[in-house]
Amino acid sequence: MELESTRDVATRLGETGYLCDESLATVTFLALRMQRPLLLEGEPGTGKTALAEALAESLDLPLVRLQCYEGIDASQALYDWDFPRQILHLRALEATAAAKEHPSVEEAEKSLYDARFLLARPVLAALQQSPAVLLVDEVDRADDEFEAFLLEVLSTYQVTIPELGTVKAATPPIVILTSNRTRELHDALKRRCLYHWIEHPGLEREVEIVRSRAPEVSQALGRQVVTLVQQLRDRDDLQKPPGVAETLDWARALHHLGTTELDLATAAATLGALVKYREDADRVRQALDRMLRA
Amino acid sequence: MSSTTVVPPGEVPTRHGADEVLLAFTRALRAAGVPVTQDRTHGFLAAVSVLGLGDQRATYLAGRATLCAGPDDLERYDQVFEAWFNARDGLPRTRPAQPAAPTFSELPAADTDGGAGEADEEVVRAMASDTEVLRHRDVASMSPAERARLAGMFATIRLRPPLRRTARHQAWHRGDIDASRTLRASLRRLGEPAEIAWRRRGVRPRRVVLLVDVSGSMSGYADPLLRLAHRFTQVARERGGVVETFTVGTRLTHLTRALRLRDPERALVAAGETVPDWSGGTRLGETLRFFLDRWGQRGMARGAVVVVVSDGWERGDPSLLAEQMRRLHRIAHRVIWVNPHRGKEGYEPVQQGVLAALPHCDDFIAGHSLATYAELAEVVSRA
Repeated sequence: MELESTRDVATRLGETGYLCDESLATVTFLALRMQRPLLLEGEPGTGKTALAEALAESLDLPLVRLQCYEGIDASQALYDWDFPRQILHLRALEATAAAKEHPSVEEAEKSLYDARFLLARPVLAALQQSPAVLLVDEVDRADDEFEAFLLEVLSTYQVTIPELGTVKAATPPIVILTSNRTRELHDALKRRCLYHWIEHPGLEREVEIVRSRAPEVSQALGRQVVTLVQQLRDRDDLQKPPGVAETLDWARALHHLGTTELDLATAAATLGALVKYREDADRVRQALDRMLRA
Repeated sequence: MSSTTVVPPGEVPTRHGADEVLLAFTRALRAAGVPVTQDRTHGFLAAVSVLGLGDQRATYLAGRATLCAGPDDLERYDQVFEAWFNARDGLPRTRPAQPAAPTFSELPAADTDGGAGEADEEVVRAMASDTEVLRHRDVASMSPAERARLAGMFATIRLRPPLRRTARHQAWHRGDIDASRTLRASLRRLGEPAEIAWRRRGVRPRRVVLLVDVSGSMSGYADPLLRLAHRFTQVARERGGVVETFTVGTRLTHLTRALRLRDPERALVAAGETVPDWSGGTRLGETLRFFLDRWGQRGMARGAVVVVVSDGWERGDPSLLAEQMRRLHRIAHRVIWVNPHRGKEGYEPVQQGVLAALPHCDDFIAGHSLATYAELAEVVSRA
């Protein structure tokens, strides 16, 4: 359970099929040891979200995911009261009141704000279940007001519910934030976190990733696919260079077509798994012949 | 945390304590332009003490995680780290400890309270018309004194941040029926029918992105354009809007942070230190592509009002510029091209860059004088 060193982190993550390099392992180790949130940025498809999943799996902790979107607010991230059930409860009290002696008004009111009528949204759920891994995904999509609110939770790891009291995590959850940099996050939030920029993996590592994530794909095909993808990433004229997720998609797509060795026709036919813009597809198709021959 | 650090022999220069060396490193980093704050420094020392001092690579990674805030910082961090721990010289550059003291620009003379005398009135009127002339003069041809007076006049530019409708609804006293709010209100009254709640689509300020060309051919306009960007940034901020500014030239520089400083002179000094390629060449197509790859396509330019300020003297391949402008036009709400030469007599848009870009612009306006900048503010506000 307890991870002792950077290498330990890399090994444990590796066992779940998540292969990370030394710098990411170090930052993760620091985040665990210093109990600080970890802010991950990088190109889409480099495994930011996957790290949280792998971490939860390797530490055998529940993963609580908070997907951010524009307009998300505290009642969707923290907690909410279950109104219909509270009403039902009141009606039930009314119905039984005739039979039993009257409960006082205060008691009835008090029974309304009971923990069982509380809907725990992700952040509260993570605090209650902690130790847990809390993934705050694509935090840049949320409004900036939401950041201020996150800041409060991430610095104290507690939530105050006026009617009920304060919920504090016994052990702080492991918090991973991801951002696609659609906007710059506020400095105050960034300061609270450890920062890491995830790069695309190198050739050998990506081959390993394909091998562990898509073991059904033949080794020769896996290597061919990765080599090609790496060449595509080196080109600077693509609007959206393929990420690791696309590599895996493509390798699997080729596998489903029964391909064991990449050829021009199937590569061109399955290109939709790899590049997602028409202009990119045209460019890749033109270069494919040359790249395959090389 | 620092009290636990022990100097292992041979790892760090032994004349100083380890924490001293690390602290001094954060200072050097700040001098090189990475915004290192006190709590970041604390985090750094704590991280190093977790990983142990013996390993330089671990120290490097600890600093990367705790002292940097974005990909722009990483490059500088690498340089400073290399210089500090391995070579001890060749620091990228140093920044003066204090930005130059703010110079207070005088109010336009027209605003001074003239005496009662007739002669004074005459002077005031002359000054007033002088101010008006200054508003329409080409800023590149001004003397330093005139520029200083003009600087104060930027405060007259008004900008209403453009608005967009959001997916979120907000409570309103008429509009569509807000079913969930109505229902909730009635549930609170134990299911008794309550008042009907209404809602409408909310509005939010639209993001404005300024891409300012600071290449050699635009050098006369760089200062007023940055003042304009600063003014936009500040005005929009008061109203909850966001203006992001980048300079383009041979490379792309994110200037927003510098321009958020409230005082214009300080902001300009900070901006001047951030931009590495003043008066260089123009590779508009390439920098635009970098902007779209790194920022624009992910969301910065999506649905935004994008203002490109450039004279269109493109050194690179015009077809690349055309393609990137097409890309930009597809994701932005409105693309406005501002050309300082447009307002001059006999101007024809013949430069290759302008020709390539024009089909992908919604507006093409002049940008050589204060009056045209006010017009730009108007166009942006209405976008």
